[in-house]
Amino acid sequence: GFFVGLQFENSCEIGVFSKLTNAYCLVAIGGSENFYSIFESELADVIPVVKTSIGGTRIIGRLCAGNKNGLLLPHTTTDQELQHLRNSLPDQVVVQRVDERLSALGNCIACNDHVALTHTDLDRETEELIADVLGVEVFRQTIAGNILVGSYCAFSNRGGLVHPHTSIEDLDELSTLLQVPLVAGTVNRGSEVIAAGMTVNDWTAFCGSDTTATELSVVESVFKLREAQPSAIVDEMRKSLIDSYV
Amino acid sequence: MAMAEEAGMFVVHQTIGTVLCCKCGIPMQPSAANMCVNCLRSEVDITQGLRKQVIIVHCPECDSYLMPPKTWIKCRLESNELLTFCWNKVKNTDFKKNKIRGVHAEFIWTEPHSKRIKVRFTIQKEVIANAIFEQKYIVEYIQHEGMCHSCSKVQANPDQWVAVVQLRQHVSHRRTFFYLEQIILKHDAAARAINVKQMSEGIDFFFANRSHAIKFVEFVGKVAPVKSRHDKQLVSHDSKSNNYNYKYTFSVEICPISREDLICLPPKVAASLGNLGPLVICTKVTNTIALMDPLTLRHCFLDAERYWRTPFQPLLTCRQLVQYYVIDVKIVSSEVNVRGSSYTAADVEVARLADLGTVLYAKTHLGHLLKPGDYALGYDLYGANTDDAELDNYRGLNLPEAILIKKSYEETRQKKRGKPRPWKLKSLNMELDEPKSRVEQEKVNSDYEQFLKDLEENPDLRFNISLYHNGEYQPSEMGTVTDGEDVPSVPLEELLADLDLSDKEVEDYCMEE
Repeated sequence: GFFVGLQFENSCEIGVFSKLTNAYCLVAIGGSENFYSIFESELADVIPVVKTSIGGTRIIGRLCAGNKNGLLLPHTTTDQELQHLRNSLPDQVVVQRVDERLSALGNCIACNDHVALTHTDLDRETEELIADVLGVEVFRQTIAGNILVGSYCAFSNRGGLVHPHTSIEDLDELSTLLQVPLVAGTVNRGSEVIAAGMTVNDWTAFCGSDTTATELSVVESVFKLREAQPSAIVDEMRKSLIDSYV
Repeated sequence: MAMAEEAGMFVVHQTIGTVLCCKCGIPMQPSAANMCVNCLRSEVDITQGLRKQVIIVHCPECDSYLMPPKTWIKCRLESNELLTFCWNKVKNTDFKKNKIRGVHAEFIWTEPHSKRIKVRFTIQKEVIANAIFEQKYIVEYIQHEGMCHSCSKVQANPDQWVAVVQLRQHVSHRRTFFYLEQIILKHDAAARAINVKQMSEGIDFFFANRSHAIKFVEFVGKVAPVKSRHDKQLVSHDSKSNNYNYKYTFSVEICPISREDLICLPPKVAASLGNLGPLVICTKVTNTIALMDPLTLRHCFLDAERYWRTPFQPLLTCRQLVQYYVIDVKIVSSEVNVRGSSYTAADVEVARLADLGTVLYAKTHLGHLLKPGDYALGYDLYGANTDDAELDNYRGLNLPEAILIKKSYEETRQKKRGKPRPWKLKSLNMELDEPKSRVEQEKVNSDYEQFLKDLEENPDLRFNISLYHNGEYQPSEMGTVTDGEDVPSVPLEELLADLDLSDKEVEDYCMEE
C-alpha cells in the first residue's frame, strides 16, 4: 500500500529523514514519535525499523544508500552508529563505511536490488565497492541534466519516478538501463526533488504531506503498489535464503 | 548541450515529455511550478495586497488632479496625462512594495459623471523560483472634488491681485501706448496678467504673482526708455507660520519724448552729447532715444539711464504739427545714411497752408523726399509762442523759421478716405476708463488714426508689430488713379493671415525685415 500525509517535524520532505529498502527501514530520531510510529505500524512485522543518526545528523536518507544486500555509509559516520546499525540490521545486510569525497551518498547513488545509478564524478573505488556490497550493476548517469541522481529519481524493482523535466529520449535510455518502467512526475505539490519527497520499496511507498491526489495516482501506478502484498515478496526472499543455506 | 553541438558531436534530439499537473492531473509540459496554468492561477494571486480602490482629488474649476502634496496636474478624461497620473499613483506605493513590474495600462470606460475612473493594469511578478506570472487587474479611482489653491483664491475675490505694474507717460497723446500695446501683443508679454485697466495717461497691468510682474517690467524696459520703482504693502500676516502676504506695486514711467518731437536740449545735455545743436528732433524711441539735429544731420543716442539723470521735456509735440506747402527745394549735400534711414540736407522755401502768403526759408533733412509742390508737416517756430525755460538758456540762438518733420500725404489720403485698409491690428483686452467727454474721445480717435498712418509710412515701425489681413478689405476694381505718387501702404507680404484658431501659430511666419 502507500501512505501519504507524512511529516517529519512539519517538513513534508520525508525522503530526507528515512531510508526504505526491501530488507530494512532506517528512520531519523525526531522530536516526536509520530514519524517512527507510522513506519513501525506498517513495517514492523515484516522488516526491522531502525532508529538512527548518521554522523550526528538526522538527514540519514540523503547520506546513506542501500538495498536488500547491503548499506553504504559515509565516512562521517561514527563508530557507535556503525556498530548500532550492524547490530540492528539482519546479518545478510553488509554494512560498510565508504571513504568518498562526495559524502552524501543518498544524493549520489540511486539503486534497487539489481541496478544502481551514480553521480558521474564518483571514485572508481567507490564504484567497485557499490558493485561488491550492494551486488548491483553500476551506471554513471545524469537525470534531466542533474548529476545528483540520488535526489531526482526514486526507483524500486517494480518501477521508477524521475524528475519531471526529463526528456523522452532520456526516459527511454534510463528505462532500458534499469529494466523497469519509468515515468516523469512530481511529488509534494510540484516539487522536482523526487527522492526527498518520498521513499519507496517493492510493496510500500510513503509520500510527504503536500503530495496531491494526482501525484499519488502516478506513484501508485508506476510502482504497481495496488496489488502489492508484503508477504508474497518477503516469502520469496526467504525462499531464496533458505536455498542458499542448503 | 549547446557546446556539444558546436563541437560537431552527435547530439540526441530531446523531446520534452508530458507530466501530469500535480493538482488537476491534466497532461502538460513540465514547467517550473509543475502545475498547469489554471491551477497556478487559482493558487497564486499576485494582486493580493494591492489597492483596488484609490482616492484622487479633482478640482472642478480647472479640471486638474492633485498630486500630493501641492501639485495640480491638468488633464482631461481618458487622456495620456491622466493615465500617467494614475500609473504613478499606484506605482510608487503598491508596485514597489510588492516587487511587481507593471507592463500595461488602459482605461475602461466609465460614465463621466460617475466620478469613477477605472484602469486595467497588466502586472508581472516572480512566483515560485523564476516563473514570471502575468495577471490583469482593475483599479478603481474614486474622484473626490476639492478646489485647488489658485481656484479658491480666484473664487474668494476675483479682483484680488498680488502685483500691479502701473505704466505712465505724462504726455497729452496716447501714441506710445498704442505702439506698446502692439508690441506686448506680439511678444505675448501680458499673457499672465489677470486684468488690464486703462487709466488716464497710462495703463495698469494686474498680476497674480510678483515674478510675473517683474518679468513684465523688464520686458517694458527693453522696448521703451523707462524709470521704475517698486513698493509693497502688507495685506495679511500669519504669525504662527510666519507667512506674510503683500501687494506689490511697480510704478513705471516712460519718458515723455516720442518720435517726431522737437526738443530743445538743456545746455548740460547738449554739451555732453558733443554740442549737438540745441534744437533736435527725436527720430526713434526704443529703449534708447535717437536724436537728430535737422540742420547738421548729426545724430546721437540717449539711453534710458542717461535721460533720467537729466530729464527734459519736448518743446513741441505732434499735436503742434502744421501743414506746409513746399515751393522750392535746393539740395545742399549728398544723401547721408544714418543707422538705416537716409537723409539729405536741403534748403527749402515753404509756406504754411493756412497762410500761403508768407514764404519761409528753412533747412531741412528731408531733401530726398520733398519736391516742389509737395506737402509736408513741420513745426512752426516762426509763429509759435514757446515759453520753454530751456530756450531762454540760449542767448542769441537763431531759431529757424520752420522745422519740417515728415512729408504729408493728406491730399492723396483724402481720396481714399472712408475706404477700409487691407490690414488691421489686434488689441489687448483692456478695461476702459469711464466714458470721457466727446472732445477727448475724438482726440483719442485721431491719435489712433495717426498711429495707423505712421505704421503705413514707416516700415521700421512695423518691425516689432504683427499686422493681420483684413478680411473685409476688397481691392478696388477701379485702377488707382496715380497722381504722381501713391499713398504709402503696407505691402501685402507683410500681412499675417488672421487664423481663427490661434495667432500663436502664425507668429512663426513673422516678417523679417
